[in-house]
Amino acid sequence: MTGRPLVAILDYGIGNLHSAQKGFEHAGADARLTADPGLIRAADGVVLPGVGAFAPCMAALGRTGLDTASVDAVQSGRPFMGICVGMQVLFAGSDEAPGVSGLGMFDRMVRWIPGPVKRPQMQWNVLQRSGDHRMLAGLDDPIWAYFVHSLAPEMGDASDVVATCDYGGPVVAAVARDNVWAAQFHPEKSSAVGLQILANFVTASAAAATN
Amino acid sequence: MRVARVIPCLDVDAGRVVKGVNFVDIRDAGDPVELAARYDTEGADELVFLDITASSDRRDTTVAMARAVADEVFIPFTIGGGIRTLDDARRLLRAGADKVSVNTAAVRRPEVVSEISREFGAQCCVVAIDARSSSEAPSGYEVFTHGGRTRTGIDCLEWVAEVERLGAGEILLTSMDRDGTREGFELNLTSMVAAAVGIPVIASGGVGNLDHLVEGVTEGKADAVLAASIFHYGKHTIAEAKTRMAQAGIPVRPA
Repeated sequence: MTGRPLVAILDYGIGNLHSAQKGFEHAGADARLTADPGLIRAADGVVLPGVGAFAPCMAALGRTGLDTASVDAVQSGRPFMGICVGMQVLFAGSDEAPGVSGLGMFDRMVRWIPGPVKRPQMQWNVLQRSGDHRMLAGLDDPIWAYFVHSLAPEMGDASDVVATCDYGGPVVAAVARDNVWAAQFHPEKSSAVGLQILANFVTASAAAATN
Repeated sequence: MRVARVIPCLDVDAGRVVKGVNFVDIRDAGDPVELAARYDTEGADELVFLDITASSDRRDTTVAMARAVADEVFIPFTIGGGIRTLDDARRLLRAGADKVSVNTAAVRRPEVVSEISREFGAQCCVVAIDARSSSEAPSGYEVFTHGGRTRTGIDCLEWVAEVERLGAGEILLTSMDRDGTREGFELNLTSMVAAAVGIPVIASGGVGNLDHLVEGVTEGKADAVLAASIFHYGKHTIAEAKTRMAQAGIPVRPA
């Protein structure tokens, strides 16, 4: 027992997970990159990263069985966090990949960012809080986070929206429901702000571990 | 809201930052990790490392540097210089670089842009373009390679359209006419390219004062501005740059 909550970062062969692991370590976790079902079941918190495109991410999740592991982790009630495309795959599907189903934890679609704006949004932007979720605890407004994305989830009824950003109109930046948190931006690339968000997740994981 | 990015560029030789960076209380002015962490603290939005290593073992030292920076620094960083193949890019991205930039290799074999973009996503594939004014090019600017020494005969505007089509996620545009002059960005070139593509454009080459950074965005229409010497030699801080840009009405993340 290290005293640090065990955070499993799901490694399904997509992109750069090094920063996510180091970010969670800086935030106080025993962070492991893993595809091992046993380790994922033992973890206090589970993180689903993702970069690139929706369809390859879903295909890789299916190939590695980490789609099922993600659903199981969410159903177990432990803290779970999707990041970037790892957020988008929690939704029903995406404009980017017609016919490819997401994990469906949020029952709406991911859409191209509308309007005459550059895609991707590749910049820092301000998180406009919607409600008072503990994902953003300990942060003073304005909260600046780093985004790289061309699509974003639909607003829906907005009851699960934690934050939006303004990019040609309001764009969903973070959602949460029960034990599931998700960020469209990259907390592991958002400097001190991002590390605070990761620390908030580590705190939630530690709390869940003691319950 | 479009928010302009301010990006210091660090030259790296064999895993060490060269051309002296001049922070007063830094322990080791050649340590890329220490400098990157400092620029993060100072409010830089991203970093670009330009690898100028000539030796053949460059790839290993640069991969090690990418890993060391990614261990400690939590803002995005790009590595460029000497990336020839998908495998070169893969090693740097897996080591923790957020983006790689390709220049000469893209001119020589444009498919490398598609290969990187397809495997890792367009967002991590930057195409660096060194352009020089030329009366023979239809747009007035020709693409050069090998650090601006070699003519390609390729028109700059044709090339930016081509690399966007191939899957580039961003263009790092350097005016070789202005690079090192401190006379300011080549705004005509920058605005022409920014208007021609739907992907972000980083303006580079020629920054000598803070107003040049402002012009790069207001007149050059760039999404980001890159500079080296005005930051490294302690002439200006990132905070001063952002304050000046904000005063000019440009949205920036405050330092």
